[in-house]
Amino acid sequence: MLGKTAGGLYWMFRFLERGENTARLVEAGFRIALTRSTDSETEWKSVVTTAGVKAGYSAKYETFNAANVVDYLLRDTTNPSSVISVTEKARTNARMVRTALTTEVWESVNENWMTLKSALKKPVKETELPAILGIIRQQSALVRGALHGTMLRNDIFDFAMIGTALERADNTARIIDVKYYTLLPSASFVGSSIDNVQWETVLRSVSAHRAFRWLNESEMTSSTIVEFLILDARFPRSLAFCTKHLVANLGYLAKDYGERLPCHDLADSLQSKLKKNDIGSIFETGLHQFIGDFIRENNAVGAQIELDYRFNG
Amino acid sequence: MGSDRKNFDEMLFGNEGVRQPYDNYEKWFCSEDPARLTKKSKEAEAFFRRTGITFNVYGQAAAQERLIPFDLVPRILSSREWTRLSKGIEQRVRAINAFLHDIYNRQEILRAGRVPIELISQNAAFLPQMIGMSPPGDVYTHIVGTDIVRTGEDDFFVLEDNARTPSGVSYMLENRETMLHMFPELFSQIKVQPVSDYPKNLRKSLAACAPHSCEGKPTVAVLTPGIHNSAYFEHSFLADQMGVELVEGHDLRVVDGHIAMRTTQGYKVIDVLYRRVDDEYLDPLNFKPESMLGVPGIMDVYRAGNITIANAPGTGIADDKAIYSYMPDIIEFYTGEKAILKNVETWRCSEPASLQYVLEHLSELVVKEVHGSGGYGMLVGPAASQKELSAFTAKLKSNPGNYIAQPTLSLSTVPIFTKKQLAPRHVDLRPFVLVSPNKVSITPGGLTRVALKAGSLVVNSSQGGGTKDTWVLED
Repeated sequence: MLGKTAGGLYWMFRFLERGENTARLVEAGFRIALTRSTDSETEWKSVVTTAGVKAGYSAKYETFNAANVVDYLLRDTTNPSSVISVTEKARTNARMVRTALTTEVWESVNENWMTLKSALKKPVKETELPAILGIIRQQSALVRGALHGTMLRNDIFDFAMIGTALERADNTARIIDVKYYTLLPSASFVGSSIDNVQWETVLRSVSAHRAFRWLNESEMTSSTIVEFLILDARFPRSLAFCTKHLVANLGYLAKDYGERLPCHDLADSLQSKLKKNDIGSIFETGLHQFIGDFIRENNAVGAQIELDYRFNG
Repeated sequence: MGSDRKNFDEMLFGNEGVRQPYDNYEKWFCSEDPARLTKKSKEAEAFFRRTGITFNVYGQAAAQERLIPFDLVPRILSSREWTRLSKGIEQRVRAINAFLHDIYNRQEILRAGRVPIELISQNAAFLPQMIGMSPPGDVYTHIVGTDIVRTGEDDFFVLEDNARTPSGVSYMLENRETMLHMFPELFSQIKVQPVSDYPKNLRKSLAACAPHSCEGKPTVAVLTPGIHNSAYFEHSFLADQMGVELVEGHDLRVVDGHIAMRTTQGYKVIDVLYRRVDDEYLDPLNFKPESMLGVPGIMDVYRAGNITIANAPGTGIADDKAIYSYMPDIIEFYTGEKAILKNVETWRCSEPASLQYVLEHLSELVVKEVHGSGGYGMLVGPAASQKELSAFTAKLKSNPGNYIAQPTLSLSTVPIFTKKQLAPRHVDLRPFVLVSPNKVSITPGGLTRVALKAGSLVVNSSQGGGTKDTWVLED
């Protein structure tokens, strides 16, 4: 496979994953704004921070409110991470790597782009937001379904999965990072309604509220939530799950190509850090520190993959 | 223009009923509910959009992707008509290859005085870099798309040879797919020769042209200028259908005297490069130094016999419209036979007497630039305003050698489906030809382009033309 094609696939699936996660962030923010009368400004601000676009947003708007944030995150083409921008970039990458995709995958990505372009043509009214977020979620499910249902399990698939895993881990880690202060175990706040709402937001931002409740019944504490999001490899957005898949797919490449490269060692070390820690030692290191390290190392794996597999030269 | 003339319609004789090749189709059509056909027509458009069969129009925003309108009435040729056409095309393509080999080597046709030497020596499309070399198997034009027009029952003319980089074959294939998808019952009632082998044959034909240095199974790749090129869809479509890599210039470099592509596992040698990049962008070391689309040094690798470039650099000279006017002589010179297919009468404006004639009859003629393509920069005299005519007169006088003129042909029409009925529109035909050292093969049919405006003679997709599926019937 061409190095450029591997890079195109990897980025295509990073962009698709990013779009879906941004929509999920908006959904969580919107819900909080509806259920809480005060302090929605702080909530929207943290949504923008989590999406990693605070600088761009602040250059354009002075206040953090629903209309501006939703517009900036979903349909602003000057925001390189907006849903519409990443959907377009994913589709451009798909055109570039068209020969590596099945017709079904290509058509689903093309349709995703056509559908979202028309859905996000005009500013989104509050009444339409749930329906539009639903469309975004459904479209990405269609792409994923086409990928899993029709693609050969070869290096092409591996690069798609690696891009997805890296991006998703980065997203979940950034959500924890932005909200880490609400997730620190602190006796005085435990059980207070403020915490409950905050935790609920965190869980909703990664579509984990149902899974978490199912596993933990009524017990919701900061450490069970953090443990779930970082260490529970059964949950498809946890750091442990993403890293496991990252390592596995890199492993298939190593086997397929008969060659282990530096990126394999970096990914292994990322995974072993998760394995040898438990929730107690994570809080001991400091959650902020731990997550910060994870984000840096996760990115370093990505950069090494680009070099090792000659994406750009 | 056109509509007031008496045109040859390929489906219907004036009042005498349906021409034989259309017999069965017409019966089927008359039994169809027009409302269903209207619905199908809309379905076809949605199908093309979803599959991404689009093209970019130069001069419009980069993101602008347009569909080529598709008309659901097929253009039908009998097997007898096709046999004659394909013989004529094969003869012409063999002559063009012999001509190219000759002008880049012994130049016998120039010495014999059959083609004026200035037409070659002063031609921008003549590449001195190709002098004295023979491409593998002496094949210059691996892929040709001969443009054919028709004016009567037995009157077929070659309008252009397109020996350089013919495009449109993906539409030929997708149009058939679309028809099969929309009207499967038609194909069980009417036996149509298949076109779907084209990608497989293309790969085989290209592989058969691999250089001598290639050991084992040749590696073929398609070189595209990138996703912003107007024909990018076709480039990726062909690479995909052939099962080969689609590469851009920056994926390639010279490694140990070969062209190699950067893969996830290092550099891999390419033996045959089907390039969809023009000559002057192919190699910044040998041609345009600022080109980002090519591969530095590829011409040296080519001359050393370590890669096959399809089509060969320098074939563009055969597309020159002044050279075209000599094609009947060229065919006779190399094959010893009379040309089977006619040439359109052509006035070379470089010749004073012809220029005089052209200026006097401008409103009746079609004037083209000798290196032009895509319908750009041409004048259709009968359709032009007084202002356009005088502007063109000035252009002709200042640079006569840049132009040729031809009579406005009364092109045949084939009906299109419009608002629940059939209406005649002018068409042309581009069959696709594959050339390898021991074989010339022509896919039965080709791309029929159709002018969608009543009376219009301009069929180019860049100028609002559409396409039709083209059927060659089984015997």
